[in-house]
Amino acid sequence: MDSINQPVLEVQNLDLRYDDYVVMRGLSFSVNKGDIFIVMGVNGCGKSTLLKSLIGLMAPTKGRVLYYGKSFWDEDEIGKHNIMRCFGVLYQSGALWSSLTVGENIALPLQLYTKLSYQQIQEIVALKLSLVGLDGFGDFFPSGISGGMRKRASLARAIALDPDIIFFDEPSAGLDPINARKLDDLILELRDGLGATVVIITHELASIFGVGNNSVFLDAESKTMIATGDPKVLLANSKDLKVNQFLTRART
Amino acid sequence: MLPENLIFDYSTPKILLIKLSGDWQISSGFISVNEVISQLVSHPDIVQINFSVSQDLKWDSGLVAFLLKLIRESAQKNINVSSGGLPQGAQKLLTLALKVHKKTISSQDVRDSFLERFGGKVLQISGSLSLGLNFLGDIVVSFSRLLRGKSCFRWDDFYLLLKRCGVDTFLLVSLISLLVGMILAFVGSIQLKMFGAQIFISDIVGIAMVRVLSAVMTGIIVSGRIGASFAAELGMMQTNEEIDALKTLGISPVEFLVIPRLLAVIIMMPVLTIYADFMGILGGFIIGAGMLNLNPIEYLHHTQTAVKLNYVWIGLIHSFVFGVIIAVAGCLRGIKCERNAAGVGVATTSAVVTGITGIVIATAIITLICQILGV
Repeated sequence: MDSINQPVLEVQNLDLRYDDYVVMRGLSFSVNKGDIFIVMGVNGCGKSTLLKSLIGLMAPTKGRVLYYGKSFWDEDEIGKHNIMRCFGVLYQSGALWSSLTVGENIALPLQLYTKLSYQQIQEIVALKLSLVGLDGFGDFFPSGISGGMRKRASLARAIALDPDIIFFDEPSAGLDPINARKLDDLILELRDGLGATVVIITHELASIFGVGNNSVFLDAESKTMIATGDPKVLLANSKDLKVNQFLTRART
Repeated sequence: MLPENLIFDYSTPKILLIKLSGDWQISSGFISVNEVISQLVSHPDIVQINFSVSQDLKWDSGLVAFLLKLIRESAQKNINVSSGGLPQGAQKLLTLALKVHKKTISSQDVRDSFLERFGGKVLQISGSLSLGLNFLGDIVVSFSRLLRGKSCFRWDDFYLLLKRCGVDTFLLVSLISLLVGMILAFVGSIQLKMFGAQIFISDIVGIAMVRVLSAVMTGIIVSGRIGASFAAELGMMQTNEEIDALKTLGISPVEFLVIPRLLAVIIMMPVLTIYADFMGILGGFIIGAGMLNLNPIEYLHHTQTAVKLNYVWIGLIHSFVFGVIIAVAGCLRGIKCERNAAGVGVATTSAVVTGITGIVIATAIITLICQILGV
């Protein structure tokens, strides 16, 4: 499904609402291969709702979400399923299945979607755990490891099938600065190693400037996007008061 | 026998050159490293492994998992592996995977002896018994605080719980008691017909329902519906750290959560049982008067003389005891629930099983006591 010069993900004129309540309207942006794309904005501006519509959990009321040129919400169930196979998601809470061990959490997608033998799956699980720095923690239950480790275990599950696009919902929420920085580094290394494209929903300035090379800024008041581009360039050049306040942590 | 996308070149002495080509992706399966290791064993002089890749190589984690295992196995045999010839992305992933992380864990692979495991089980049982007793103690203390007006008790919650225990189980209790009364009448009539004593069906239905059956059936319904919901509710609160939040505010979870539930069930169980008594007698009456052609007035008169006030009290004692068992089982399982989704399921099932087992055992004990006392 890969082709040159085509955006991996393209959002066209997207409207999102919960019943009559408009969350966002008129969103248009595109994410290119290898980008680390940041979706930023203040609390409650609709970042997570946008993520839901990108990963197939909530249909938009208007507009299109294109993956490699294919409109996700216009596809039939099989088409949607095939597109969904291309992305991995790291949920804000980790969302590991609590009744399975960390190793089984990573093995489950491999058992469902590949024809690998048990031994081969165990090798892949060992690799993914090594990649996120959790060697030997495969037999632990999610309740038995720390919050930071749960997040990394959840990342290992998100990359179990070598996804083309990895979505992160507030990856550094609840992490200390050192572990947040380590996770940012890990995101960069995995992007380079796996050749993946990354979309991060966050409001952590350190992460935004540390890893992002493209971004969209959602505004809660006007219910639409008010800026897009490299966050560092936005910081230097943006004339918009809200964007500046956000990026410089200025008092309102 | 090695597959065609893996070629071994031994042309340089002491160095093995592994040529990789073709598809090495997860979706198409990859080669087990054991085959490569067995080849290495047959060439013990190898000290270095190098790689070269062809243009048509398609790779993902499948290749990296293979290489990682190969590197780890080779390290044990003191063979140096150079990843220089590999694709750049694969090199990066290997470096990341081989990073030494500070936190390592020691594997405890020692199997306990039979005696140790047996002892462990005994300790586990005694532990859960003391847990139950502690919980009962907490309830008594909290209850005495409530009586002294020092308890943190929300009346709004209590009324809602009363509604849940009463109104929400009302229809189910009506249906089950009516049917049990009808079944009793039917089964009894088969035997009594032989002696021409069908009228005594009214005695059988009346006494059985009022003394024990109404309370048992109501207990089972409330245990399944209310006890289970208590366990699930408190279990979720435990999982979401809501109970911890109560504790840190200095509010006793037993006072705040358990006492209102316990009181609601204890109050509603006798009410539902009395109601079930009437429904059961009505069920027997429908069968007796409607299908067995007994005189309706005579039927009711027989019931009235057979059912003594003592029996009603015995039924109410049953229902009170069952109420305590159901509420304690539900709340205890909920509060001691493990903090995961499976834990909530286990707590719910366990609440119902404990509740119903407790009801049956309590019925046996009360019946025995009544027998000894001659009531």
